[in-house]
Amino acid sequence: MQNVVAHQRKKLPIFARIESITKHGDRVWTGLNIGMSLVVVLLMLLVGILLWQDSASSRQAFGFSFLSPFTEAAWNPVENNFAAWPFIYGTFITSLVALIIAVPLSIGIAIFLSELCPPWLRTPLNLLVELLSAIPSVVYGLWGIFVFLPLVITPLGQFLGSTLGSVPLLGSLFSGPISASGSSRLAAGVILAIMILPTIAAVTRDVLLAIPSSQREASLALGATRWETISRVLLPYGISGILGAVILGLGRALGETMAVTMVIGNSIGASASLLKPGYTMSSVIANEFAEAVSPMHSQALIEVALILFLMTLILNIIARLLIWSVARKSTSAVRV
Amino acid sequence: MTEMNAVVPSVATKVSHIQSHKGFRRRKAVNWVMLALTGLITLLAVVPLFWIIGYVVAKGGQYINLDFFTQLPRPSGIPGGGVLHAIEGTLLLTFFAALIAIPIGLFAAFYAAYHPNTLLGTLLRFGTDVLSGIPSIVVGIFVYALVVKPSGHYSLLSGSIAMAMIMLPTIIRTTEEMIKLVPVNLREGALALGAPEWKTALQVTLPAALSGILTGFLLSLARATGETAPLLFTALGNDRFNLSRMISSGVSAGQSIFAIIGNILEQPVDSLPLTLYKYSQDPNIDRINQSWAVAFVLVILVLTINIVARVWVEARAARLRQ
Repeated sequence: MQNVVAHQRKKLPIFARIESITKHGDRVWTGLNIGMSLVVVLLMLLVGILLWQDSASSRQAFGFSFLSPFTEAAWNPVENNFAAWPFIYGTFITSLVALIIAVPLSIGIAIFLSELCPPWLRTPLNLLVELLSAIPSVVYGLWGIFVFLPLVITPLGQFLGSTLGSVPLLGSLFSGPISASGSSRLAAGVILAIMILPTIAAVTRDVLLAIPSSQREASLALGATRWETISRVLLPYGISGILGAVILGLGRALGETMAVTMVIGNSIGASASLLKPGYTMSSVIANEFAEAVSPMHSQALIEVALILFLMTLILNIIARLLIWSVARKSTSAVRV
Repeated sequence: MTEMNAVVPSVATKVSHIQSHKGFRRRKAVNWVMLALTGLITLLAVVPLFWIIGYVVAKGGQYINLDFFTQLPRPSGIPGGGVLHAIEGTLLLTFFAALIAIPIGLFAAFYAAYHPNTLLGTLLRFGTDVLSGIPSIVVGIFVYALVVKPSGHYSLLSGSIAMAMIMLPTIIRTTEEMIKLVPVNLREGALALGAPEWKTALQVTLPAALSGILTGFLLSLARATGETAPLLFTALGNDRFNLSRMISSGVSAGQSIFAIIGNILEQPVDSLPLTLYKYSQDPNIDRINQSWAVAFVLVILVLTINIVARVWVEARAARLRQ
């Protein structure tokens, strides 16, 4: 067979020509595929490298005191002194508020969408929940400033301040009063909760759907009610995937910028209270980077970006490992 | 059979015994309460969506008029004017971002779909995941360090690169998924007929997966169009951006089309979300009203793209699975 082909090839130069063209084509094709894949991989590396390099003098000047909660130094662009703890705290506390609100709600939504929802309602509800994540962040911010904060956050803040404000340990988190505009860490946390809810709900729903139905059937056959099946069989079965979904949501909360910048009030106040304005890592970058005149100021901001990048990188890796560990057990894939 | 008949009544008495038991009633009540609660929560989650959309449409719709789309902005404090500069900026940014992201995403997705287990394939998947997880503000800082700082000025080009980085992971992922959905027989058939790899990919696989891939492009476009944070330090915003004047002055100076495009790429530009952000911080009420109008345009745009794309992808995926 090979001889015949080789014979023909020798005989008709056009065969050789076609082959050389197509071979060439395949080489170009493979080259482009590999090349563009390399571009993506290099881009990922370059993000880390550039942020690391461009924050060099800030890292050298401040070292670990940049991250430390116990440092005397403060964020002071005038005196060229920088410490990022107030922003790390702001990011941490707003994300925590967001998770406390969003996790139970989104698990409830996921349970409803995967276990209880009648089929005709499923597609429109899925669409609605996903649209919630499609609304641009600035629109959330605008709606937050003019509608949500004065209507919901200010009364809620006053209520929390008057009830929890005097409780011994928690009190410092709720010492008021909240400003009339409602701009506060609490506002940022609640808006973040709305924004990360679809992420957590969608992934949790996929995790629940990926659980083999034999698990449900076995539990129901043993006489468990549907709720018992959900809470004692399905949720424990998918716990690592759900944890992954939560971490993915946390990753979004950490990096969310515009809506938070618009509602958090942007000030480094001394108070740790949720009812007071604050700053997050992303909002300080958004607010100060364009106006940073001294090189050290912009380097310090780039270092904040570097920390943010590393945090989200680690969270993403953990989340994907967790979700993957569930998906591997089942036949239906979980899309993240 | 007779044995079975003998068993059934005893089961029935047992069931009635269980049902009359106090614990069973409690369990049933807990069941109903919790199930109802999940439904209620789902309803609650949809509330903000309708609240935001309803408010933005009602409030922003009032300030929408023809001038809004066709006029350049006036100085703050003088009523009237529009956001033509931001519309042009958004279109240009999105266009160039797509021009950068689509070829990279397409080729990388073909690699990811056909070589999932190679070293590069694993790295690519990891890289895509990392890129999709990077906060958009960090993308902005990165592109600032990569393009703006070396070139010495903010520009449309750097904004497009930042937006392309936001689009890239979505494009790669959806394209890869869609390529994998195309039946293997199609590809094998083409290869068996002697078609080279690249022809098979471009003329057999790509057309079969095209509508799904286009959906992915659309969704990533929608996401990127709404982004503000990556543009803050790259495209920066420029309310004196005037596309038609730049083109006409370029033409009258006898510049080539490439020189004109190059010139435009060098300029800082505004985009709709950037304008919304800036106007919302303005003390002037006219500006705030206009920011609601911009929000209206953005919400309608993003929601339309999303609904069309998702309905389309559902239909397409259902057809491919059959």
